[in-house]
Amino acid sequence: MKTQAANKKEMTDKTLRITGSEAIVRSLMAEGVDILYGYPGGAIMPVYDELFKFQDQIHHVLTRHEQGAAHAAQGYARISGKVGVAMATSGPGATNLITGIADAQIDSTPLVCITGQVFSHLLGSDAFQETDIVGISTPVTKWNCQVTKAEDIPAAIAKAFYIARSGRPGPVLVDITKDAQVTEFDFNYKKCEGVRSYNPIPKTSQDAVNAAAALINNAKKPMIVWGQGVILGEAEAELKEVIEKAGIPAAWTILGASALSTSHPLNIGMVGMHGNYAPNKLTNECDVLIAIGMRFDDRVTGRLDAYAKQAKIIHFDIDPAEIDKNVKTDVAVLGNSKESLAMLVEALNENSHESWLQEFKDLYAIEFDKVIKGDLHPTKEGLTMGEVLKQINIETEGNAAIVSDVGQHQMIACRYADFNVTKSNITSGGLGTMGFALPAAIGAKMAAPEREVVAIIGDGGYQMNIQELGTIFQQKAAVKIVVLNNEFLGMVRQWQQLFFDKRYASTEMTNPNFVAIAEGYYIKARKVTKREELAEAVKEMIQSKESYFLEVCVEKEDNVFPMIPSGASVSDVRLS
Amino acid sequence: MNEDIKSFTISIYTENNIGLLNRISAIFQRRHINIESLTTSQSEIDGVNRFVIVVNMTETNANKIVKQIEKQVETIRAYYHTEEETIFTESCMFKIKSDLLFNEPQIQNIIKDSNTTIVTVNKEFFVLEKSGRRNEIESLRRDLNAFGIMQFVRSGRIAVTKEEMKITELLTEFNNQ
Ligand SMILES: Cc1ncc(C[n+]2csc(CCOP(=O)(O)OP(=O)(O)O)c2C)c(N)n1
Repeated sequence: MKTQAANKKEMTDKTLRITGSEAIVRSLMAEGVDILYGYPGGAIMPVYDELFKFQDQIHHVLTRHEQGAAHAAQGYARISGKVGVAMATSGPGATNLITGIADAQIDSTPLVCITGQVFSHLLGSDAFQETDIVGISTPVTKWNCQVTKAEDIPAAIAKAFYIARSGRPGPVLVDITKDAQVTEFDFNYKKCEGVRSYNPIPKTSQDAVNAAAALINNAKKPMIVWGQGVILGEAEAELKEVIEKAGIPAAWTILGASALSTSHPLNIGMVGMHGNYAPNKLTNECDVLIAIGMRFDDRVTGRLDAYAKQAKIIHFDIDPAEIDKNVKTDVAVLGNSKESLAMLVEALNENSHESWLQEFKDLYAIEFDKVIKGDLHPTKEGLTMGEVLKQINIETEGNAAIVSDVGQHQMIACRYADFNVTKSNITSGGLGTMGFALPAAIGAKMAAPEREVVAIIGDGGYQMNIQELGTIFQQKAAVKIVVLNNEFLGMVRQWQQLFFDKRYASTEMTNPNFVAIAEGYYIKARKVTKREELAEAVKEMIQSKESYFLEVCVEKEDNVFPMIPSGASVSDVRLS
Repeated sequence: MNEDIKSFTISIYTENNIGLLNRISAIFQRRHINIESLTTSQSEIDGVNRFVIVVNMTETNANKIVKQIEKQVETIRAYYHTEEETIFTESCMFKIKSDLLFNEPQIQNIIKDSNTTIVTVNKEFFVLEKSGRRNEIESLRRDLNAFGIMQFVRSGRIAVTKEEMKITELLTEFNNQ
């Protein structure tokens, strides 16, 4: 067997006469792919045959559902910053990827999805397992294409990787017909270095940076809200410099979490529907709002015509289409966050805003009193989701990657998890995809085996991709799984309680024996119903070298606060 | 802040790509914006396509949509222009029974006065073609309708802008990046 390096050399030295399917595998390896997630079927079988031959160089992970493959690839990409790869057969295999692709599109996650397609002479004839996956995936991909000739495979894959990872990242899909997979041709791989019509990183204008700095230098009450653009641009250090040099209180969106340590004195918490009280309220008090790599999602802004109207708005983004999309900016700074923030640091004056920062602290004290105390130090009998997070923080010392699903537990996880390491909050932000966490945690753990990966999932979302326990078992992926069981689709129930007069339509869940199910997959499992058992159980879980399932039965009808009711202004954030 | 809805001509220079039409029309569809007309053809540069799309919307939305179109990998550049900033035309064809041409002398006057071209005449029917502004085409259609039209078809708008497009320069700039 050849080593990967020897193979790479062989590829660049001479052209090889190989089949399209071998070319697919060699192209992936040339892009540095060592793990991919997928599920075989008729139209992709020739590629699986090649994956079998190359299994010592490229590891294919058989998930239990193609949706799981897409989310696992996302988890892999989110924790590593590398491109995640998912593979599926035509028809139902391909359509099963779609939710993950849509999730990656809205959360700017670099993915390359490869789907098999029927023979090209059958295209358009309603052949067995034929779907127009290029048509179906168009609105949810950054780019996609269909390849019908073997000789077009290397260039299509090279372009796919280039587009997925460059500029604002996103998912791409390459659909490859079976005849292209089985035809032989002279293979030669060349990495893509540019696409004529595509300008991934707009140039940062020094004038724009200066204009932004002038506003910030004169501001009395500046506030930063950063998003995932900081993480995607690997600009964590530059962000920290900006914050510290100008002494600006800084808040984050869900996807921005972990770019700056949660313990940093200028980190004032999360914005948005279930964000912290102070940054939400004071959004409407600041005089300059500096948005960095975030897109003013409606879950962040609440009612737009009552959002930061008093403030000058500065928007740093790599994507020109985000400028003025939702919030009209006074100064737009285009470009890669790493470069634009480095330029900003240079132009900023050293400063501090102690009395302004104190306003955040004062509001935090109110939030602590009304919400946080009860969440983290409950005196009532039932367990809270918050105290589970607190125990996880203690046991992992804030160094774990937290992979959360969607619902109340997600908001609690994002609010209360300690983050000392970047790329550690892996959650479905823009799409809010229940079922995301379990497979995403597998991808994250496999990409970063040295890290502790803890999945926090609701009893509802857990059952959306529960089959992936099989993948965890087969791969021996040491994922820690925490199901916060409230026997409800909690977040929906909360809305029903608050806005639908407690009519709990189809939100109550009669659940199975989760411990038995995990044990059925030979995963160590434990259930906690009492506070006295919690700390010890979390400790046992974190200390386990293998995967571990922990079910915590929490209070059934707890609500997540603060909350900005939908359609309300950030100023109207509620504490109860 | 109720902004006026106006007619905009969106011009898009693109790489020749099968899926792009889908991507572009989806951007309008998501926002429930009706496409009044859409024409695609070769542009002044070999291998570069040009879309001309006419839509009614606010300028704020036109601006957002153009940026979302431009974001597509295979879009080279997209612009929007008001009617005043473009020179535009549409064309149309009529198929009419031949005997009318001889029995209704009025028709010959209409054809002459409106600068309409006779494309072909045979025993059964004749075909007219005219380019011009929408109102000219509409008034011609009304006039001919009185006599009976076998078939009528009108193309989408094609337009050139008064302002320079500089696509060649842009492409060299991209190439040199
Ligand atoms: C695929 C999908 N379907 C439906 C929803 C709507 N939804 C949002 S939160 C939620 C409840 C989640 O319940 P659970 O997983 O038990 O978590 P909890 O809120 O109780 O913590 C639902 C149904 C969704 N986000 N995703």
